[in-house]
Amino acid sequence: MEEKTLDLTFDEMRVNMGPQHPASHGVFRAQLLLEGEEIKQLTPHIGYLHRGVEKLAESLTYVQNVPIMARNDYLGPVANELVMSRVVERLANIPVPERAQYLRVIAAELHRISSHLVWLGTFSLDLGGALGGGSTIFLYTFELREKILDVFEAWTGARFHPNLVMIGGVRYEMPDGLDQQILQALDEIESRMHEIMEMLEGNPVFMERTRGVGILSQELALSLGCSGPVLRGSGIAFDIRKAYPYEVYDRMEFEVPTGTVGDVYDRYSVRVREIFESIKIIRQAFQELPSGPLGSRPPVKVPMAIRPPKGEIYERIESPRGELGVYLVSDGSPKPYRLKLRSPSFSNLQAIQFLVVGHKVADVVAILGSLDPVFGDVDR
Amino acid sequence: MATTLERIKDQFGWEPDESGFLFVPKDQVVEFARFLKETLGFSYLSFITCVDYKEHLDLVYLVRNPESAEELLFKVRVTPDDAVVPSLTETYQGAEWHEREVYDLFGVRFDGHPDLRRILLPDEYEGHPLRKDFPMDAPFPPYR
Repeated sequence: MEEKTLDLTFDEMRVNMGPQHPASHGVFRAQLLLEGEEIKQLTPHIGYLHRGVEKLAESLTYVQNVPIMARNDYLGPVANELVMSRVVERLANIPVPERAQYLRVIAAELHRISSHLVWLGTFSLDLGGALGGGSTIFLYTFELREKILDVFEAWTGARFHPNLVMIGGVRYEMPDGLDQQILQALDEIESRMHEIMEMLEGNPVFMERTRGVGILSQELALSLGCSGPVLRGSGIAFDIRKAYPYEVYDRMEFEVPTGTVGDVYDRYSVRVREIFESIKIIRQAFQELPSGPLGSRPPVKVPMAIRPPKGEIYERIESPRGELGVYLVSDGSPKPYRLKLRSPSFSNLQAIQFLVVGHKVADVVAILGSLDPVFGDVDR
Repeated sequence: MATTLERIKDQFGWEPDESGFLFVPKDQVVEFARFLKETLGFSYLSFITCVDYKEHLDLVYLVRNPESAEELLFKVRVTPDDAVVPSLTETYQGAEWHEREVYDLFGVRFDGHPDLRRILLPDEYEGHPLRKDFPMDAPFPPYR
């Protein structure tokens, strides 16, 4: 097709996008300064979902804080429960039985798959209904995610916020036969993922809209504190599961997928390959799963108050979105003196103002989607 | 190969105090951050936050060397009456939002920050809620 160029100059225009925008995955407002359809500047505004959990945490006990933290990143709640439990365990020296550590890894990886599936579905929906016809991929990924939610329903009674991890172990034993249900779900996810990838990567529209769009350089990614698939998409193989292994991740064999260019496609590709790595981890965990107690503290209805010694500690884990950390200051009482939640979405989202410059308005949606922010996690 | 703390001691003469934390004088924090990033390779800023100990406020910085995965946590101590710290935005671009958050929730001002506004709370909000003297029992304006 012959390319035609119009020799026109455009005035600058300000366009407001959000805070209620279907493609913003939450409440995010972006002020765009446009010249024609090209973006000159993006001013992000966040905080629409601010609930003040850090202040709230100071008035709750450690045991109560674990489920509250799970409400921040509502697409991968086990990761938040895990980091909150781990920070208290490390400060108060509470041991965790080996079986509980394996079950934590299984639950965390199941939620990583579920979170990436939600992301994949919404991301391909953002890129236009033309991909595979309407919302096909969105429904395909949600169908697969449903299997993981069913697993958690059978395991804990709750589909979404399982409240599985508790300080000193896990709360629920796996019912009989659930391991077979999980392994079957994984087999199906694995084969269907190949199908979905083929549909996306065989689609010229998808490739055109993701390749070379929103390139994040390694230096900028590090300086901004990006983590998770956003950092790895730029080619830096930094994964907290490898760098500072927690639970039993040091025994697990898995690769850390990385991108090469750092564009939207690389971030897509890293997340998709991470699903396969998570499947590998869960299969290995089931092979090695020992028997034994679930927790080092008795599972009673009203747990004893935990009083960690005076001190300050920072603990981080690899959530589906990246480095999720808690900086905890304890004064020896059953409630935290100060609790800082270092959320991956907050740091990753900061990159958007640098990535969109020079791109078209429609690319904002693709770039924002590729950063995978969860606004409960950004605004806390 | 000297450890990071030894090299910091050679360059600046600081050591972690008895609580185990490295305190950096606030007028040297920009120079220190540049030394960390350019000489020691701590190119990753994980977060900046603040803790209110009533008599003083401690700013907490965590930087990381992505190659060796080494972490360094250091603090800057300020008093609540004179809560002004030089901004690290020139060294670490990611400091921009973290410093806005600390300003928003603690009222610490950052000298040289390009755009120091509230980030999580509305612009017209009064007070800094994570300070320990923030009243939790009184409704906040405009309902007060």
